[in-house]
Amino acid sequence: MNRFLWPLIGFIVLVVLLAVGLNLNPRDVPSPLVGKPAPAFSLARLDSPEQRFSPQEMLGKAWLLNVWASWCVSCRQEHPLLVELAKRQSVPLIGLNYKEVRGDGAIDSSKLDAAAEKRMVIERAGGWLARHGDPYTLSVLDIDGRVGIDYGVYGVPETYVIDKAGIIRMKHTGPVTPDILAGKILPLLAELNR
Amino acid sequence: MSRWLLIVFLALTGIAGSGLHAREAAPLAADEATEKRLVAISSELRCLVCQNESLSGSNAELANDLRREIRSLIRDGRSDAEIMEFMVNRYGDFVRYRPPLKGTTLLLWFGPGLLFVAALGALLLHLRRRERALGDQRPLDADETRRAEALLRDPDAPPRP
Repeated sequence: MNRFLWPLIGFIVLVVLLAVGLNLNPRDVPSPLVGKPAPAFSLARLDSPEQRFSPQEMLGKAWLLNVWASWCVSCRQEHPLLVELAKRQSVPLIGLNYKEVRGDGAIDSSKLDAAAEKRMVIERAGGWLARHGDPYTLSVLDIDGRVGIDYGVYGVPETYVIDKAGIIRMKHTGPVTPDILAGKILPLLAELNR
Repeated sequence: MSRWLLIVFLALTGIAGSGLHAREAAPLAADEATEKRLVAISSELRCLVCQNESLSGSNAELANDLRREIRSLIRDGRSDAEIMEFMVNRYGDFVRYRPPLKGTTLLLWFGPGLLFVAALGALLLHLRRRERALGDQRPLDADETRRAEALLRDPDAPPRP
């Protein structure tokens, strides 16, 4: 009996460790940007491309930055929730349209010049929002994904909560679910707005 | 006949080979030193989309973007350490295949060593305990030897006390 006790304990410990480890989400990479100022950028707006938007304009407000693209399947999954949120709450929701054309594997963007690509981005992104509803206060165009790199984007959709001082307070990778919205994002926003 | 086959084979492989070379050499020839450093740095970095691939080996869209970014950082004259910092600032320590030694990674770095030492200790303890148990055994005396031999010869013999 005693002879088998320790191997059994070892086995159980191993199984528990594996069970916990295998149930962790490997996509949940902690962002080093949490607690740091949101990286600055200045990008063209989707609604009026001659105008630019930069995060400095949001100082004094707690807001959400949501990274999306029309080719992103999970974005469609979270989209109704964002539309619903925009109807209910007055939280500023800025969309970062990420590599609308280049990120779509179906399009060979190497043959497009910059102006043609931008036209195509606006047409596709605008069309998508017209079809599925536009929850965004405004959306900006990250055509080459350069701003995405500064924000550590590695899987669209991603959502950032940014406070009044322009500090990133939370990052969520993957589609926002009702649980995450009600359990984490909204309480944090309420706290930031107090 | 076989000679002809050989010639055709060589010609074909020659053509295919030269084709491959032309495709690979183009970016390398552009700036060999930059490409070499790019490969060295990006093999130390994880591709975040396909997490078990290095940035240098991955064909993911993001990996392409990040390689382009590193290339432009190299051209700007940044050091390897600065480029590494650029990546870690955006994607965290997870992006490095060799995580830095700090409080949260102590277990990661020394855990295996600790486990090894613990296992070694357990083995030594076990061996010593077994040795002590064996130490109790003295050789059989003459009478006992005779009894053992009798038993071995004839298992049915009644055992003597």
